[in-house]
Amino acid sequence: MACSASACQSNCYKTQQEEEEAVKDNNNTNSFAANISSSNNNSNSGLCLKCKANQPISSNSDGGDDARFCIDCFRGNLFGKFRFAVTSNAMIAPTDNVLVAFSGGPSSRVALQFVHEMHSKAQKNFDACRDRSLPVFGVGVAFVDESSVYSVPSNETDKVIGDVRLIVENLAPPSKELYIVPVESVYSSDSGDGRERLKKLLDAVGDATGREDLLLHLRMLALQKVASQNGYNRLLLGSCVSKIACHVISATVKGQGYSLPADVQYVDARWEIPVVLPLRDCLAKELTMLCRLDGLKTVELIRSPCTGINGLVSSFVTLLQEENPSRECTIMRTAGKLIPFHFNKIEEIDDSNVLLATRRRQKRYNLKPNESFSSESFCFICNSPLSRSDLLSLKNLESHKTSSVCCSSCQFQILPQDPSSVNELYTLLPEQLFARAKHENLDHYSALREQIQDCLLSEVEDET
Amino acid sequence: MEQSADVKAKKAGARLCCLCHQKKAALKRPKTLEQICRECFYEVFEEEIHQVIVENQLFKPGERIALGASGGKDSTVLAYVLSELNRRHNYGLDLFLLSVDEGITGYRDDSLETVKRNEIQYGLPLKIVSYKDLYGWTMDEIVKMIGLKNNCTFCGVFRRQALDRGAALLKVDKLATGHNADDIAETVLLNILRGDIARLSRCTSIVTGIYSPNAYRGFAREFIKDLERIRPRAILDIIKSGENFRISTSTKMPEQGTCERCGYISSQKWCKACVLLEGLNRGLPKLGIGRTRGLNNDDKKDTKKNNGTKSIESKQCGTLDF
Repeated sequence: MACSASACQSNCYKTQQEEEEAVKDNNNTNSFAANISSSNNNSNSGLCLKCKANQPISSNSDGGDDARFCIDCFRGNLFGKFRFAVTSNAMIAPTDNVLVAFSGGPSSRVALQFVHEMHSKAQKNFDACRDRSLPVFGVGVAFVDESSVYSVPSNETDKVIGDVRLIVENLAPPSKELYIVPVESVYSSDSGDGRERLKKLLDAVGDATGREDLLLHLRMLALQKVASQNGYNRLLLGSCVSKIACHVISATVKGQGYSLPADVQYVDARWEIPVVLPLRDCLAKELTMLCRLDGLKTVELIRSPCTGINGLVSSFVTLLQEENPSRECTIMRTAGKLIPFHFNKIEEIDDSNVLLATRRRQKRYNLKPNESFSSESFCFICNSPLSRSDLLSLKNLESHKTSSVCCSSCQFQILPQDPSSVNELYTLLPEQLFARAKHENLDHYSALREQIQDCLLSEVEDET
Repeated sequence: MEQSADVKAKKAGARLCCLCHQKKAALKRPKTLEQICRECFYEVFEEEIHQVIVENQLFKPGERIALGASGGKDSTVLAYVLSELNRRHNYGLDLFLLSVDEGITGYRDDSLETVKRNEIQYGLPLKIVSYKDLYGWTMDEIVKMIGLKNNCTFCGVFRRQALDRGAALLKVDKLATGHNADDIAETVLLNILRGDIARLSRCTSIVTGIYSPNAYRGFAREFIKDLERIRPRAILDIIKSGENFRISTSTKMPEQGTCERCGYISSQKWCKACVLLEGLNRGLPKLGIGRTRGLNNDDKKDTKKNNGTKSIESKQCGTLDF
């Protein structure tokens, strides 16, 4: 029989003694079970598939992870996925400063918990190590307050923020900095009332789906801003398989097939602060269950439910997931086969000032020198890379003389059709958007120039 | 009643066609959301199809083109538009309608009636090929042989190939079908759902094949209808996404070979239809149904040896000459 103690190799946080006892129990029950039904071939049925020692979490037979794993193995399995994603994509180096985006929901709660665990372990190692060559990465938490968008009474908002504060404070020391970021902080402080401006901006967008997506982009912008202002160099999100699967379908429906692969990778470094998604391989259901099992407190979100295309897509994906529990993974894997962009990885540290120990830590297993090709321009609203056909159709339009170009999806669902209201909308958008567009385009040109420097004739030579 | 009709007319009267600015707008076009009149709709629609044909060089002068005709709205529109464009723009095509009769008593009567009406209306010759011609068996005979269970397998496999085989039988150069944007959008979605990157890359190309039904197909259909209600443009956006997917060239694509027996495209040694037919002809109707690997693997050696003699004894895929 396969139920020896050695079968349980890792991630089961148990002492040797406990384990032996468990195995004894296990053998007893097994022989007992065998007596009852000798026809049952699977002698380990009713036990955790991995350690074969403990009872699985639940006894329902729908094939979910809860029916296969015991609590410890279940947790270990999830943490393993997280750790593997982090290490194999060089998401967190010892010198890094990581800002965890915490919405209060189960996914980001688990992300926060796992980062915290990793951090305390690194801290422990640091304290134990004599030469202190490996620094411990820094962790901060950011919560985006969107109460200005959804008209909720202020006492409710205060309660939510209080809960978030409590959750972060209750994490074991070292304590983590918490930033409560109002979404209207995307506007620079000297431009008047951001709250009013944000309201006006969202009102100006006619399409419900467009409004939702715009708010999503603004949320990212707010996170980028707070991360950059406080010296963080990684932004960690809790996006899970289920969320990414929804995004795959909705991006397809919105005609963003070209830019889609940029959004579904572990790393997305097109932003000033690279964004990492270490829970990309975990299902929402698993994460919710972990929160329940470990008593991780979550916060009821103040967000109106998705409407329009996004709402339709998420109910469609839920329906499919019910029909086949691996559907979300299949969807994500399909999208994963599309070619990622050049910015979908963390740049290697070449700087010799960084300690060798840190550099050596930058493991990358599955980063092949991929055939990704670079994209020059990005949509100034949603920051998605623009396809050639998008650019061509823009050239034909040539209606706006700004340096900012916009993808066809944003053009349709966010920008108004009539040109005069477009200009009005432009005045309502955060200045940061335009600044980014300009900056990137300039960057691109200078980089291009550098590449062909040797072939360029200087003007002086030209004249002679 | 009259009053409400009057109100309606007034409302419509306020809106003129936004293309010709003369007639009352009769419909709101889902693709562009323009309010246009009937005549302009015809004109734009036909012109767009003409552009597609010209841009993609779908036809060459003098070609013999079969139009798949089921009697449904898509294929009726196809028959009308292509015959009209062929006349107007002098494509010089030899067009005719092609219908498939499965040989299920009473099943095709209505639709064949419609197709016959199309034949007269658009002046296109009609050819009907039956399963008997193609496979040597009608659907009724198959059902008699294997019973009511499992005959869906036969129907599905045979139907998928029937148009192609019928076209080959009549020695046509090309086959035009009435697949519309909704169908293609659905196929794009289904291929994402089932993780089929290879098909994803070719399902939006304009010259292609048709693919199979599945349990979640129904969900996808519903989903697309709901989408269309919220945002009609979404259908075309899905196709656009499908066209723009950056698919790695190193992704393993299943090899598209041809069936050793009948020459139809097949990723296996024998195409599914030939396996099923072999079963029927040998009196083993369960062959090729379910998970048995059947002819293509286990029996490979056996069939190879017998191939010569067997093919003389049994009817080889009907009376096809490829």
